[in-house]
Amino acid sequence: MRPVSWIVLALALAGFPWLAGEYYVNLASQIFIAAIFAASLNLLVGYGGLPSLGHASWVGLAAYASAWMSLKLGLGHGITAPLALLATTLVACAFGWVALRATGLGFLMITLALSQVLWGTAYRWVSVTDGDNGLRGLTRPAPFGLGLDGATPFYFFALAITVAAIAMMAMFVASPFGAALRGTRDQPRRMSALGHDVGRVRWVTYVYSGFWGAVSGLLFVYYNKYIHPASLSITASAEGLLGVIAGGSGTLAGPIVGAAIIVLLKNYASAYIERWNMLMGFVFVFIVLFMPEGVVPGVRRLWLRLKARWRPG
Amino acid sequence: MQYWIIQTLNSLALGGLLFLLAAGFSLIFGLMRIANLMHGALYMLGAYVGISVLKVVPNLWLAALIGGLLVAAFGGLIERFILRALAGNTLGQVLVTLGISFIIADSCLVVWGGDPIPVPAPVALQRPLVLGGVAFPTYRMVVLGIAIAAAIALHLLMDRTRLGAMIRAGVDDMQMARAVGIPVSRLFTIVFCLGAGLAGAGGIIGGPIMSAYPGLDADMLPLALIVVMLGGVGSLLGAFVGSFLIGAVYTFGTALLPDLAYVILFLPMIFVIAFRPRGLFGRQSA
Repeated sequence: MRPVSWIVLALALAGFPWLAGEYYVNLASQIFIAAIFAASLNLLVGYGGLPSLGHASWVGLAAYASAWMSLKLGLGHGITAPLALLATTLVACAFGWVALRATGLGFLMITLALSQVLWGTAYRWVSVTDGDNGLRGLTRPAPFGLGLDGATPFYFFALAITVAAIAMMAMFVASPFGAALRGTRDQPRRMSALGHDVGRVRWVTYVYSGFWGAVSGLLFVYYNKYIHPASLSITASAEGLLGVIAGGSGTLAGPIVGAAIIVLLKNYASAYIERWNMLMGFVFVFIVLFMPEGVVPGVRRLWLRLKARWRPG
Repeated sequence: MQYWIIQTLNSLALGGLLFLLAAGFSLIFGLMRIANLMHGALYMLGAYVGISVLKVVPNLWLAALIGGLLVAAFGGLIERFILRALAGNTLGQVLVTLGISFIIADSCLVVWGGDPIPVPAPVALQRPLVLGGVAFPTYRMVVLGIAIAAAIALHLLMDRTRLGAMIRAGVDDMQMARAVGIPVSRLFTIVFCLGAGLAGAGGIIGGPIMSAYPGLDADMLPLALIVVMLGGVGSLLGAFVGSFLIGAVYTFGTALLPDLAYVILFLPMIFVIAFRPRGLFGRQSA
């Protein structure tokens, strides 16, 4: 994008809470949370070629850890947030070691099985998670004494974290390590022959992606002030994956656009029909069959074609 | 004593049901390289369809047969018209099966409602078998017998028939199988129907034990995945051993440590994957 577009985008994001009603401001916050989630998953799916179907684990773990520590231990947000991120990242280290014993579909099945284990545990370990009731009665943090209970303050909090997260992930992808990661996706054997430790590259990416998933999980629990096992379900993981693929995996903007599409679709659909799961299923089938490259690359291709047509010769 | 006998039979019955589910999953994965994520949904669909069939024909075995055939036909249609369109795009195929599983699960919720529907066992098998003062739940033993019979039948199919030889050839080296004139794409449909039918029939046969409820698919799918990762993809023996292992771990885990049964469940999988990534009996890694 050109500098002008960046300035316009920044102004639009900064001015949005004054232009739109509270409902839309909250919707935008949800999009930010989903965007971090999808972008972190995209590190694995798009850049690493590792299709994970268990990414909701990180949202759920971080959210549960933070909620449990503040409810049952009475700790403040200043302590629970870093501890929840740390705990989730450590679990990601362990899960990554197991899941990366396989690649491709094996990886997908192991991540799915591991996340289902967490989901089942969240349902059944009632003494810790309150089972199907979920953990309720949570609060939002107040960084530097600024309360986040209003829609607008939370919007800017989520926006700031999202910008930081996307920037960090963009740097990760643009770094030499990111180049090595794409290398392990396209030519694992050659990368190995060139002296790269393919397993380690993948594992570091897995953990890094889990960390940002955990960040979106913290935002998620702050936003909802409530956490339920459904946040760990295969549906939640699939929503993220659908966002990545709908937007266009392996691009920076794709997962953000995809996440926005999913959040909007979910909100509008649930206003008119109850059948979100069925709709999501059809969207899945539709995207895979008719738009396998995703919206962002698809639109970009159309745009280039239009441009070429406008310029004669 | 009585308690442990019941638990053991429970674990064996669950193992048998898991085998009906995992054998098809494993064959489909081994031959077609598709992780069929709607396998749990097909199991649930079978259970619900069976319930509707039971209202017309009050015979569980007939319902299992009809339901299994219907689910097999459904699976065949999906394979023929959707998965076939995505040949070569493995991730796309997996995602489509996931999307279809959401559609199936939500449709079941619309058609059959949100309350669990119990399935009565056949009247002749409802009374426990009393031997030496200890009662054995009859239906669970019958389920175990069915699973063993299915395992033997599948083994004979794979090992002794021309069709089985062709499937094995496809699993081992698809390009070579095509080159020598084996109609691999027809095998795909056959194996997919077979796997779907087994899962569907399993859903009804498991009905008297598990009943049918929304979320049954999400409960069964990870169990099937764990079984297959444990036993090794494409291996019938692996699916058989893995099913009974996971059935036992799950049943006894739930009985002894109900809170953490799900965590215990994945310990054997981690152990096997860590030391033998291709699974206990697998010849190819997933």
